[in-house]
Order: sequence, then C-alpha cells, then structure tokens
Amino acid sequence: MSELRADRGTCIGAGMCVMTDSAVFDQDGDGIVVLLEEDPEVDEKVRAAVDACPSGALSISED
Amino acid sequence: MTGSAATGTKAGTAAGADAGGAAGRGVEELPLHMQRDGFDPARELAAIREGAGVRKVRTPFGLEAWLVTRWADVREVLGDPERFSNEWEGAFRVPGMPERSPEEIARLRAGNLLAFDPPAHTRLRRMLTPEFTGRRMQRLEPRVREIVDQHLDAMEQAGPPADLVADFALPVPSLVICELLGVPYEDRAEFQRRSARLLDLSVPMDVRLRAQEEQRGYMASLIARERAEPGEGLLGMLVREHGDELTDDELIGIANLLLIAGHETTSNMLGLGTLALMDHPDQLALVRDDPEAVGPAVEELLRWLSIVHSGTIKSATGPAEIAGQPVAEGELVMLSIPAANRDSALLEDPERLDVRRGALGHVAFGHGVHHCLGAPLARMEMRVAFPALLRRFPDLRPAADDRRFRSFNVVYGMEILPVTWGGA
Repeated sequence: MSELRADRGTCIGAGMCVMTDSAVFDQDGDGIVVLLEEDPEVDEKVRAAVDACPSGALSISED
Repeated sequence: MTGSAATGTKAGTAAGADAGGAAGRGVEELPLHMQRDGFDPARELAAIREGAGVRKVRTPFGLEAWLVTRWADVREVLGDPERFSNEWEGAFRVPGMPERSPEEIARLRAGNLLAFDPPAHTRLRRMLTPEFTGRRMQRLEPRVREIVDQHLDAMEQAGPPADLVADFALPVPSLVICELLGVPYEDRAEFQRRSARLLDLSVPMDVRLRAQEEQRGYMASLIARERAEPGEGLLGMLVREHGDELTDDELIGIANLLLIAGHETTSNMLGLGTLALMDHPDQLALVRDDPEAVGPAVEELLRWLSIVHSGTIKSATGPAEIAGQPVAEGELVMLSIPAANRDSALLEDPERLDVRRGALGHVAFGHGVHHCLGAPLARMEMRVAFPALLRRFPDLRPAADDRRFRSFNVVYGMEILPVTWGGA
C-alpha cells in the first residue's frame, strides 16, 4: 500500500503539485500544500507531482 | 539569479575587455558556463556532461568552482542545501572587490533570499509565498491581459517594423512587476538601466557596484514611503503584515531582488522565445492557433532556452562527491542549467525544440528550496503573452538578419529583436 505524505513544514509553496494534479493537491491561504482528500490513491499523476515538488515536501511511503 | 550579481565582477573577462574594449567583446572571453551558440549551450558544456560530468572552471569573478552539467546531479545539488550552502558570500575575498566590513556585507545580503539557507531563507520565503500562488495568479491574469493588449495596440498603431524587446518583451513584465510590488512604473528608465548594468559582466566592476548602490538608494526611498503609508502592492503588504519583523535593509533587499528578477527573466523569455518560434514556423502556428498547446509550449521553451546560465553558486559544507568527483569542504559548486536541461536523462532527443511535449521536470526555474518564487507569475505572463502576440500579428517575422544575443548578461536573451508583419 502506498501512502502519500505532505510535510507542510518543508513546503515552500511553489505550487508545482497543484499544477500537476489539482484534484489531489491545493494551497492554503499562505500558499502551503494541503491534500484535498485523505489518503488519495497514489497514481501516476500523484507520483509526477511528488517528483516535481522542489522542496521535497511530498513523499510516498511504500509499505 | 541575482544572488551573486553583487559580487559577480568582470574579473574573469577583464583581460579581453582591457585588450580591445567593446571590439574585444568576443564570446570566447566568456566564462564557460555562459558560452552559447545562438540558442544552444556551448558544445564544450555538452562534452563535459557526456564525459566526466563536472569540471573545475573559473567563475566570472575569478574564483574557481566545480561546474555541474548533468540533470540528475544539478537536481541533487539544488535539492540539498545542507550539503551545498548558499550562505558563503563574505567567506571569500573576491579579487578586485573593495574591502568590506562584516556589517557592510550583512547589510548588502539582507533580504536577498538567494543568499540564505533554511531556516533564515524559510522565514523570508514564507512571507512572500502567499503572493505567488496559482489562485493569486488567476486574479492577476485579467490585468496582465490588459497590459499585453495595450502594448500590442501600440505596436499595431505605430506599424511595422518594431523592436520586440523594447516595445513588448521588456515593458510588459516590467509594468506587471511594478504594479505587483507597488513600484512607480514612471521610474522604469532608471531602474531598468541600473539593472541592465548590474547584470552585464562586460561593464566595469566599479560601474556595476555604483549601479547597485544607486538602486539600493532608490529602493530605500520607496521603502521609507511604504513605511509611512503602506500601499496596495506587495511591498505595502510586507510592511503591514511583517513590518515589525523586517528591517529596512531586508525590505530593500527583498524589493530589489523581486524587481530585478521580475523583469529581467520573463522579458528575455518573451524575446528569445518569440525568435525561437519564428525559427520554427510550424510550432509558432501551434502556439498561435491552439490554446491547449500554449502551456506545454511554455515549458518546452523554458527548458530549451534556459536563459539563466547558472543557479546561485553554492559552497560544499563538508566533503562531498558529485558525478564521482570528490569535492572538498569549502569548494564552490556552480550549475549549468542549459546543459542539465539538454541532458538525455531528462528527455529523449533533448537538442530538439518540440513544443508539443512540454514536460515538467526541467530545471529552468531551479529546484529545491530556492525554486523560483516568481515561477507561477512567469508562466502566467508567458501563457498570456505568446498567443496574444502571435494572434495579433499572425505572420510575425524577423526584420533583420543579424541576431544580437546579450551574451555578457547573467540572464541570456536578445539585446534587440527587430520584427515585422503584414505586407511590410
């Protein structure tokens, strides 16, 4: 089972995740990442967003 | 991109300039990482990438640094501020630079996000992030369209030919960033001149340093005004919301960085990008006629043109290894953005411009915590400006054979770009 994690403390608000997959990712009023659903399916788009994240705030843990 | 501009002197090009002045401004005098053949990075950069991956080179200001050329290595260095630090300015006595006290160096660094690592960088960046979200850009977009249309109207009324740089590529982003920050656009002639000097390595260092001081003085007066009466722009917001946490020097540093970065980068992408599209008429037609094609085209142009030659120079915080090459603690590391973005590890057939692919993953905006703050603004401006320009003048074409690239500038682009349209 793959689990997506978003570390809001590391996020710099570049918004690359929202640009890549706006169904899963959003930015709050401060520009920091928020997940639109809890435990979203880790598909190709989500993986692309994780790759595109400049700050390393997004990660996928594989159990 | 302006992190080391303050200390980036012309020491590396001094010999050639002394020998021949303007006539001696041959491209061979350029530091290797700035050498290009038209749109393409110098062959030697590709040779390093395909060979050892890194090479010791002389930086524009005379010090030696490892030049990193492969996409994966560039991403790794940019993504690891603990091992590769931006906080080294002042640790070196740059040849030809005046002696500066630690207080003076601190004053000049204040507010320059590119001169700090986390957590000092994070503190500043978080104050600015809300102003550059996708949603914020959506709210700005109608005004950007208006500004683009006004400049196209003026070009159309004046009739062909036009200098695309002076009439469109420079003034559009310049007006946008002025309005966003709250900097009076009527002051543009002065700050554009100073910014052009500051970033041009062929200009003598004392002139560049004077331009920097003048720009600081100008910004100090604007900040004093914002302190007294905070305006509606980003600078006014910073004073209202973070005025107690930020010193005047920090406000000046932030404002200068954003002002220079905001108009030097997008403007060169618009100029150089339009020339690249005119050279590839089928791709130009796609960007002009298919709204869906514009987003990917902007990404491909960013990658293929890579107008910022190198990211900020880093210093190794301990013994490291890049592409198998040991790097000693304290050694400097420089990144070739154009070489990395033409690495076949990033995409197939990297030397070809193909606006149909437009994949993310390029490092034109950098990577890591210093990833370009203004990237969402730059993308939005280009997505509006390119198709608007090409729809207004569907048969836009170069009006001169010789091409004047600004080879000596920290940001690559066109000095001028004469264009024509219609029957002219």
